[in-house]
Amino acid sequence: MTKYKDANFNQDYINYVKKIAPKTNEARSLWHAFLVGGFICVIGQFIRYFLLYAFGLYGDELAGATSMILIFLGCLLTGFGVYDNIGHIAGGGSIVPITGFANSVCSPAMEFKSEGFVYGLAAKMFVVAGPIIVYGISASVLTGLIYFIIGLFTA
Amino acid sequence: MSNSTVFFKNKPRISSTFTIAGPKEGASSFGKHFHQLMADDRFGEDTFEKAECKMFSTCIEKTIESSGKKTSDINAMISGDLLNQIISASFAARDFEFPYIGIYNACSTFSEALALSAVLVDGGYMKNVVAVTGSHFATAERQYRYPLELGSTRPPQSQWTVTGAGGALISDKGNFPVIVSATFGKVVDYGITDANNMGAAMAPAACDTLVKLLKETKTTPKDYDLILSGDLGALGSRLLKKLMSDKGFDIKNHTDCGEMIYNIEEEEYQGGSGAGCSAVVFGSYIYKKLLKKEIKRMILMATGALLSSISTQQGESIPGICHAVVIES
Repeated sequence: MTKYKDANFNQDYINYVKKIAPKTNEARSLWHAFLVGGFICVIGQFIRYFLLYAFGLYGDELAGATSMILIFLGCLLTGFGVYDNIGHIAGGGSIVPITGFANSVCSPAMEFKSEGFVYGLAAKMFVVAGPIIVYGISASVLTGLIYFIIGLFTA
Repeated sequence: MSNSTVFFKNKPRISSTFTIAGPKEGASSFGKHFHQLMADDRFGEDTFEKAECKMFSTCIEKTIESSGKKTSDINAMISGDLLNQIISASFAARDFEFPYIGIYNACSTFSEALALSAVLVDGGYMKNVVAVTGSHFATAERQYRYPLELGSTRPPQSQWTVTGAGGALISDKGNFPVIVSATFGKVVDYGITDANNMGAAMAPAACDTLVKLLKETKTTPKDYDLILSGDLGALGSRLLKKLMSDKGFDIKNHTDCGEMIYNIEEEEYQGGSGAGCSAVVFGSYIYKKLLKKEIKRMILMATGALLSSISTQQGESIPGICHAVVIES
């Protein structure tokens, strides 16, 4: 018995598959992502101005309230089964904004509800968003540390 | 080199089939051939897993019923699906009195079940064996990929898991299409690691089994009206044709169940896949053609990608498998 990998892998075949496999149309994907992602940001900006002029919110309160409304809308559209259809067209355009983050938390929660509220819904809720949170926070801590060290030398 | 082909002497035959498919499969141009369509993906149950299980039990019941036999005439069922610990098949087996033989070879489970049923019937050990396999898009998605409502995109080399189950009753008597031989495949892995490109992972296994079958039965592709693969999809089929032509075989009469089943309008891309794909296509349209003797001799070779979500995450390559049966009307 030879070890499988050494004996049988076929690099010619792997290269041939790479050559003929259909490629994602990147120009079209980017254009769709730009349109939909931009539109979501426009809605966000509209909400921001609305809160600013109608309720007089400003600063952190204004940013927080805007995010909350967008997260709510993202979850609502996920619940109605609309957000995944937007995602099929928009790709990164609907994943990157905060509505996409809401979708990535909301959709596994819906999906795994059938395994119960504790081991299903709650445990699986962050199965997609978990890595984003872990590495997002890690990166922000690291950035803060770098700023701090630079600050020591420049001050 | 050991012989991989088993020749049957006592003509085990396919005395009835039954297929059940989901709404999406029913809406395609192929949909009119299925025996029963589900109104929705949940099939009146509260979870998708229960729906898949109900698909299996309905399929077993109706396969037996349409052959005119009683459940007491059945000696055993051979069944499998794509879920962890093949729960759909096993849970459906609770409803029946006869023995249950659970098998798993990913999407090639259907031809494996046919081959094993034929072995049992041909050997004279059993008279009637039901072979049932199926898959469900929603249960497969949550096991292998992402939640249904997640707004992610599918890459263009991917395939769509078929929601459907197909059953076939293998009997020792009657004037029905006969399984004349079965070729059991070996696991082949050329090193494809992209879990979205299962057609490419399975094509080398399909080629290996088909070459062996032709050699050991001393036939050429021209001797068959149809060479039907399970779920290679459009890309996998193209790769199989290329691999076969490299070995000196021209398979013009090859087609693929996965390529036939959908209209390819949404994001099915390369076509259908899953243990239900070959089962519902063979059990409906192809079986009718065999009964009418419009197809006189064919190869059914379902292929399977033997991966799991864990092996994919660990960066392992995808082993492929293909079992083939030769059927004569």
